[in-house]
Amino acid sequence: MKYHFKLLLSAGILAASMGIQTVQAAKTSITIALQLEPPHLDPTSAAAGAIDSVLYSNVFEGLTRFASDGAVIPGLAKSWEISGDGKEYIFHLNSSVTFHDGSTMDSSDVKFSLDRARAEDSTNAQKALFSGIENVEVLSSDKVKVTLASPNGSFLFNMAWGDAVIVAPETIGEIKTNPIGTGAFKFSNWVQGDKIELLRNDQYWGTPAHLESATFKFISDPSAAFSAMMAQDIDAFAGFPAPENLVQFEADNRFQVLVGNTEGETILSTNNKMPPLDNVKVRKAIAHAIDRQAIIDGAMFGYGTPIGTHFAPHNPDYVDLKANSNYDPELSKKLLSEAGFSEGFTTTLKLPPPSYARRGGEIIASQLRAVGIETEISNLEWAQWLEEVFRGKDYGLTIVSHTEPMDIGIYARPEYYFQYDSSEFQAVIEALNVESNTQKRSNLLKKAQRIISKDYVNGYLFELAFPTVANAKITGLWENAPTQATDLTDVKWTD
Amino acid sequence: MSPICGGHNLTGIFMINYFFRRLFTFVLSLALASIVIFSLVEIAPGDPASFMLGINAQADTIAALRAELGLDQPKISRYLAWISGMLTGDFGISYTYRTNVTEMVGDRLWVSLPLALYALLLSTVIALPTGIYAAAKRGKAGDFTVISATQIGIAIPNFWFAIILVGIFAIKLQWFSAGGFSGWQNGVLNGIASLTLPAIALALPQAAILSRIMRSALIETLGEDYIRTARAKGLSSWQTIWAHALRNALIPVLTIIGLQFSFLLAGAIIIEQVFYLPGLGRLVFQAITQRDLIVVESVVMLLVFAVILVNFIVDIAYMLVDPRLRQDSI
Repeated sequence: MKYHFKLLLSAGILAASMGIQTVQAAKTSITIALQLEPPHLDPTSAAAGAIDSVLYSNVFEGLTRFASDGAVIPGLAKSWEISGDGKEYIFHLNSSVTFHDGSTMDSSDVKFSLDRARAEDSTNAQKALFSGIENVEVLSSDKVKVTLASPNGSFLFNMAWGDAVIVAPETIGEIKTNPIGTGAFKFSNWVQGDKIELLRNDQYWGTPAHLESATFKFISDPSAAFSAMMAQDIDAFAGFPAPENLVQFEADNRFQVLVGNTEGETILSTNNKMPPLDNVKVRKAIAHAIDRQAIIDGAMFGYGTPIGTHFAPHNPDYVDLKANSNYDPELSKKLLSEAGFSEGFTTTLKLPPPSYARRGGEIIASQLRAVGIETEISNLEWAQWLEEVFRGKDYGLTIVSHTEPMDIGIYARPEYYFQYDSSEFQAVIEALNVESNTQKRSNLLKKAQRIISKDYVNGYLFELAFPTVANAKITGLWENAPTQATDLTDVKWTD
Repeated sequence: MSPICGGHNLTGIFMINYFFRRLFTFVLSLALASIVIFSLVEIAPGDPASFMLGINAQADTIAALRAELGLDQPKISRYLAWISGMLTGDFGISYTYRTNVTEMVGDRLWVSLPLALYALLLSTVIALPTGIYAAAKRGKAGDFTVISATQIGIAIPNFWFAIILVGIFAIKLQWFSAGGFSGWQNGVLNGIASLTLPAIALALPQAAILSRIMRSALIETLGEDYIRTARAKGLSSWQTIWAHALRNALIPVLTIIGLQFSFLLAGAIIIEQVFYLPGLGRLVFQAITQRDLIVVESVVMLLVFAVILVNFIVDIAYMLVDPRLRQDSI
């Protein structure tokens, strides 16, 4: 009997000490889930945000980069000089940067990457970022000169995009399945349809990552996302797809919920060339018929920031113009009858797959019906939406979140799918493109926001929120999403 | 030459004739299916290059990508290239993933095939005893219970079962993970564990259908004259079922099991979504949204091939088993 007791006691002590050991050794790996899987692993030849969500900053780096607050900070370039006329940029590269295959990253790789992105047969989804580049010249192994055709105030910002990361000519052929970058993590393995594994790069030129390894899992179904998180199969979910469940995670002390902002302006895009939507009074009537908060509450379970123009509210240059389109159904009806539509009219409302569009669409349809505007709702897949709405311009209204940062310039393109053609606005953007003085740029950006707001180009709904659910013991995750990225370089477990 | 010998020769010729007629139908079905699949996928609106490059892409970039993918070629030559590639086992290169479709499909089959077999096994193991029991207890309380339970099993969709199973066994009890596939390289038992909840979710509705078929087939057989004879010579009711009725009643059941296998292989899309398994269904689903036409075409064609092949084998097996079919084919 005594013997048994001793055995039990020592087993208990052993178990307890093992328990203490596991608590002491903080975990050095993380399993993090995303909703979408990247189609391939080349951030420089696809629009899929999922590619950047896995690779940006972790595996690939550019000359400049976005910090977690959206600021543009030095990346592979430690500093730069800009010529007086604003056309020449000389970048000084960090020395001792190597790619994951051991080869050195130098100015010839920068020249290769930029020339490849702007080449005639380039398949870069954001080729416009590079269109102002006239010449890229190697000055020395760590100095490179970029000459622009005309000054461009947002050039350093453009170079921070995931589409502008530096790649090597020797490994470009395999980049889609075996990406070789310069980042703090190197690509290890991809089980298609399931997961991507990264390992810490021990030769990293900058501050090394805390984690030894990271696994990205791809879970598209919202209920599966909820279950995987609840069962703690995954440690974190960046861009959690079921806002209705966030409250449940907030109440559970095993988890933390971060709700950050994004660059996604969610708008009721309007075909400015399709009658009667070509009439500004009609568009104004639509704007006043919409109750933004009801849409945020109903479609996004309260997550989202109302906006009154096409600009991110957390940006210092944002102007609050919501008053131009406050919820006022009576005014809306009055405007409609002034425009000759006292009986209302019917238009199409074409909705892409995200829940903000599908849920939001039903709410907007009922709000518009209240002032006499009938909508024929049709649900489209993304590929159909691109063909019918975006390229074919065969629509009256649609709901889309424009997630590219600082994209107000799209309103200067009359052929763009909402077909807004204003010479006043175009002049502002032209001036902005060649302006590098911060104060003047700010004034121009504010002016641009006011013009599209008073022209009621689109219905401005809300800035998309970015919810992340994570194990309560994880720190260092980005709360906001200034670009699509899941930067793990500063992530670690606390105990 | 004796008439018996002549009869043998004649039967042989009829069998060869029957075989080639079935083979011709088999090849013709495949050819027609390939045309239908290719046309449907091509007619569907949406362009893979535009999808990949998104809303900020310039027209010349889209054109460059279309050329890179070979989408600027005429449809007929793309069709011929696809068909001739398939005949040599080369399904081409995926538009979005840029990897070999044959390899992608091969990887996914390692999840989908075991899952389908696992679900089929579970469904059969549950359904046959239940169906036999219900038939033996026809009209009694046991039969009524089975009928009600299977009615519920048929009515409830499998994804709902899946969510309930996850709620109980993954979130509450934490016996299984909520989804994902650990991979066979981490041990067969691990692999089986990660397929267990999905297999149960798939199997339950199938088992409900199968046990009803088993029950009615057995009841029908039990009404035959030879069963009465068997009972008359003194066999008990269970002895009659085991020795005489069951084998005959199994013929329609086997046919249904064959159909269910095709369904389970191709139809697990929603279950694969709910359990985020890297299977064939999820591959097709993703490929359709991304307009990865070549993957959609190849996987659908492969599934069609599997179904037609199973039917072909069944046809041939019928001929070998059932002497009447040989006569009919004259």
